[in-house]
Amino acid sequence: MEASPLVPDILFHIGFVPISRSVVTTWGIMALLFVVLRVSLGTPKVNAGPAQAALEVVVLAIADQLQQVLNRDPWPYMPLLGSLFIFLGLANLAAVFPGATPPTGHLETPAALAAIVFLSVHYFGIRTRGARKYFGHYLEPNPFLLPLNVLGDLTRTFSLMIRLFGNMMSHEFVIAIVVFLAGLIVPVPFLLLGVLIGIIQAYIFTILATVYIGGAIGAVET
Amino acid sequence: MNYIEIVSIIGAVIAVSFGAIFPAYSEGRAIAAAMEAIARQPEAAGTLSRTLFVGLAMIETMAIYCLVIALLLLYANPFVG
Repeated sequence: MEASPLVPDILFHIGFVPISRSVVTTWGIMALLFVVLRVSLGTPKVNAGPAQAALEVVVLAIADQLQQVLNRDPWPYMPLLGSLFIFLGLANLAAVFPGATPPTGHLETPAALAAIVFLSVHYFGIRTRGARKYFGHYLEPNPFLLPLNVLGDLTRTFSLMIRLFGNMMSHEFVIAIVVFLAGLIVPVPFLLLGVLIGIIQAYIFTILATVYIGGAIGAVET
Repeated sequence: MNYIEIVSIIGAVIAVSFGAIFPAYSEGRAIAAAMEAIARQPEAAGTLSRTLFVGLAMIETMAIYCLVIALLLLYANPFVG
C-alpha cells in the first residue's frame, strides 16, 4: 500500500514549497501552448498557413458546440471555455508522454479549475443580467428554496471537481495495477482507452461549465 | 491486521461493487433510450448525443463517488493510525 494514488509525487523543492510532478507537467503544458500559439503562429494572418488553418478548425469546432449549448453568440465565453477545453485535453493526454503525469489526476488541479468555473458563473451572470436580477434567480420558484439553490450550486461545483479527478485518477490507478500484474505490451489497450477517456472528460467538463454559465446568463434551463 | 482494517476493506469492496452495478444499469438504460430516439429522429442526433454525454457524466459521478469513498477507506482511512 505504499504507492497511494492520493499522495502527490514530489520531484523537488523551491524553498519550502514542494513541487510535484503534476505541477511540472502543468508548467510544461503552459509553456507548450505559449510557444506553439504565440511564438510559432505569431499574429494571425488573412491567408492562413497550415498551422493556423488547423488551429482555426479546432477553435471553430469549439465555438460551434458552445453556440449550440448557449443559443447565443459564444465568442464572449471563448477565452475561458475554449482555453479550458484545450488545456484539459492536453492535460488529460499527458499520460501518454513518458515522465509526465496528468495534472488532472490529482485533486489540486480539478479543484482549481472547478473554483474558476464557479466564480466565472457568477461573474458572467452578474455581468449579463445585473446583480439584482441574477441573485433574484436564487429565490425563483419560491423563496423557501433558497438553501437548496445555494446547496445545488456548491454541490455541482464539487461534483465537477470529483468527476474529473476520479476519472483521471482511477484510470491512472488501473494502468498502475495492470503494469504491476503483467509486463510490457498488455497496458497498451488501456493507454488507448485513456486517450478516449481523457478527451471525453475534457469535453464533458467544458460542456458542463458551458451549461452552468448558460444557466447563469439565462440562456439555458438548468 | 486488526479489525478496523478488515472491516474497511470489506466496506471498500461493497462500495465499489454497488457503485458499479447501479450506474452501469442506469447508463445502459440511458444509452438505450438515446439510441431509440436517434433511430426515430436521426436529424436530432447531435443534440441527443450531447445531452446523453452530459447525462452519462452525471450518472457516472455517482460511481466515482463510490470509488473515492473506497480509496479513502483503503489509503486514507481516518480510523487507522
